[in-house]
Amino acid sequence: MGFFLETLIGGLMSGMLYGLVAIGFVLIFKASGVFNFAQGAMVLFAALAMARFSEWAPKLLGLDSKLIANLIAFVAAMAVMVLVAWLIEKLVLGKLVNQEGITLLMATLGITYFLDGFGQTIFGSDIYKIDVGLPKDPLFLLESTFQGGILVNKEDLYAAVIAAALVVALSIFFQYTATGRALRAVADDHQAAQSIGIPLSRVWVIVWSVAGFVALVAGIIWGSKLGVQFSLSVLALKALPVVILGGLTSVPGAIIGGLLLGVGEKLSEVFIGPMVGGGIEIWFGYVVVLLVLLVRPQGLFGEKIIDRV
Amino acid sequence: MLYRENGQFKTSYRADQQVFPILQDRVAIWGLILLAIVAVPMVAPEYLFRAILIPFLILSLAALGLNILVGYCGQISLGTGGFMAVGAYAAYNFFVRIDGMPVVVAILMGGVCATVVGVLFGIPSLRIKGLYLAVATLAAQFFTDWAFLRIKWFTNNSSSGSVNVAGLNVLGFPIETPAQKYLFCLAFVIVFAVIAKNLVRSHIGRSWMAMRDMDVAAAVIGIRPVYAKLTAFAVSSFFVGVAGALWGFVHLGSWEPAAFNIDRSFQLLFMVIIGGLGSIMGSFFGAAFIVILPIVLDNLTVALGFDTALAAHLTYMVFGALIVFFLIVEPHGLARLWSTAKEKLRLWPFPH
Repeated sequence: MGFFLETLIGGLMSGMLYGLVAIGFVLIFKASGVFNFAQGAMVLFAALAMARFSEWAPKLLGLDSKLIANLIAFVAAMAVMVLVAWLIEKLVLGKLVNQEGITLLMATLGITYFLDGFGQTIFGSDIYKIDVGLPKDPLFLLESTFQGGILVNKEDLYAAVIAAALVVALSIFFQYTATGRALRAVADDHQAAQSIGIPLSRVWVIVWSVAGFVALVAGIIWGSKLGVQFSLSVLALKALPVVILGGLTSVPGAIIGGLLLGVGEKLSEVFIGPMVGGGIEIWFGYVVVLLVLLVRPQGLFGEKIIDRV
Repeated sequence: MLYRENGQFKTSYRADQQVFPILQDRVAIWGLILLAIVAVPMVAPEYLFRAILIPFLILSLAALGLNILVGYCGQISLGTGGFMAVGAYAAYNFFVRIDGMPVVVAILMGGVCATVVGVLFGIPSLRIKGLYLAVATLAAQFFTDWAFLRIKWFTNNSSSGSVNVAGLNVLGFPIETPAQKYLFCLAFVIVFAVIAKNLVRSHIGRSWMAMRDMDVAAAVIGIRPVYAKLTAFAVSSFFVGVAGALWGFVHLGSWEPAAFNIDRSFQLLFMVIIGGLGSIMGSFFGAAFIVILPIVLDNLTVALGFDTALAAHLTYMVFGALIVFFLIVEPHGLARLWSTAKEKLRLWPFPH
């Protein structure tokens, strides 16, 4: 039982991180109707920037406080992500207004390739560490109930709190602010939104910047856990089924979908995996999503789209 | 004044339904085929066959298959690499397990198996559309990647996980030298291109296109969505499966699942997009572009004196930038440039 719970908690934690990446997808889809394949590349890029800036800042400015160095690095990395957002709007999306979904999807694939190459060109392609001072020591819970207790990583707990805070903040932002309403209007029908005076280009820069911010947070959490390296961009592929499961337009759906798939993945790997040769984590999420879509084509929390002739 | 249809009268139904109604087109195509069959094997150096021509032919066959699905039927698929893998491994199993199995039959049987798997993974398309479907097809990709790596039966219990075939021959003619391999692939590509061209202009192709353009309206005028979508998946997977089998048997010789990973799926999708959605010709243009581009970029960056790691990153960047550039400048792909050129030629030398 203790082992089961430990697996469960481990699954919840990794699910939280998938959810974080998935939120980035959802944000961009919700606010611009673009299925952003580049979210994983953005996570990698943001994490690389953060890792390198926190390394360079103390050397350049002669600081010794790690907190300040990290803060500077965070602000600088955020600035870089805003710049990336602005460039993407200026150079790519702005020119592709009114194109079909697949064209936009392909464009984000192009952006993925570009960002992967660009990030590694300027920041280098080694494995870097991000140390933002998240506590690393494990925590043992319920030691009286189970033998040896249940091992929980404190780092994971912080990550969960940060993710939850992010979801609440983003939900409020979308639901109650004027900008949030503008974003939703653009997602619904960008021609109509434009015709009532919502500046499309500004909306896109804002939403890609927010997605960049989410990517940065996800990158920092993943990076401080596992180190920053190229494999981080593969994360995007883990987050895709999460987005689809939760529904393309639901921020809480991304987190809940993440949790469900995280748990399912770990449990199936541990309990079913050995029977079929292991490694089923890779496709488990996708197959679950396939089955869910057969029953609920819009995902668990997505908006139902009704076709009328 | 050389290229025009004025005066080319059609006096029979046969003439009216030709694939290439303009005489000049027919001459050009026959010339091209002759050139490819006769002249190229005589003059091309071995490197050209290995690095460019054979990959180009096989990948254009796969792109042709994907174009049927994405370009003609409008169902986005990111699982092409997986279907290629099914074709390759199924063909391998038929070839190895059955004594005296002819290569061509094994390859075609690989295509048949890919068809079955393709239809299976195409079933969700009846319920879901567009981007959701794209992600759902990724399931096929990851599942096949895993299955061929972990399930030993598929690889004939090979210890290293990679499989290899050797000693191919067709009716006693060996397929060993690059030129022979090239001709073998060329034969497949020509036959399949003719089939594809005829399929898309027939009844079934028109129902695919109706489905793509507006599925609800297509259903209203009596096109069965189930039939149209599943046949598109079936035909497309068959082409892709055959291409996969060729890729394994002829191009690689020995391979492992990584040869058909998700990058291959993306690569094929790029070919279709850059070449032109819904165009047979475009599949070839796209394949040529994507096969040649990395080679050119690699040589260029190395020649300019960058170290290999940096060169690899720069290749990535240029590749990404070019994809975006193409999407912006010519969203209908290279095929559109070709048809624009033909339009101009018809009017030449007068501008109107």
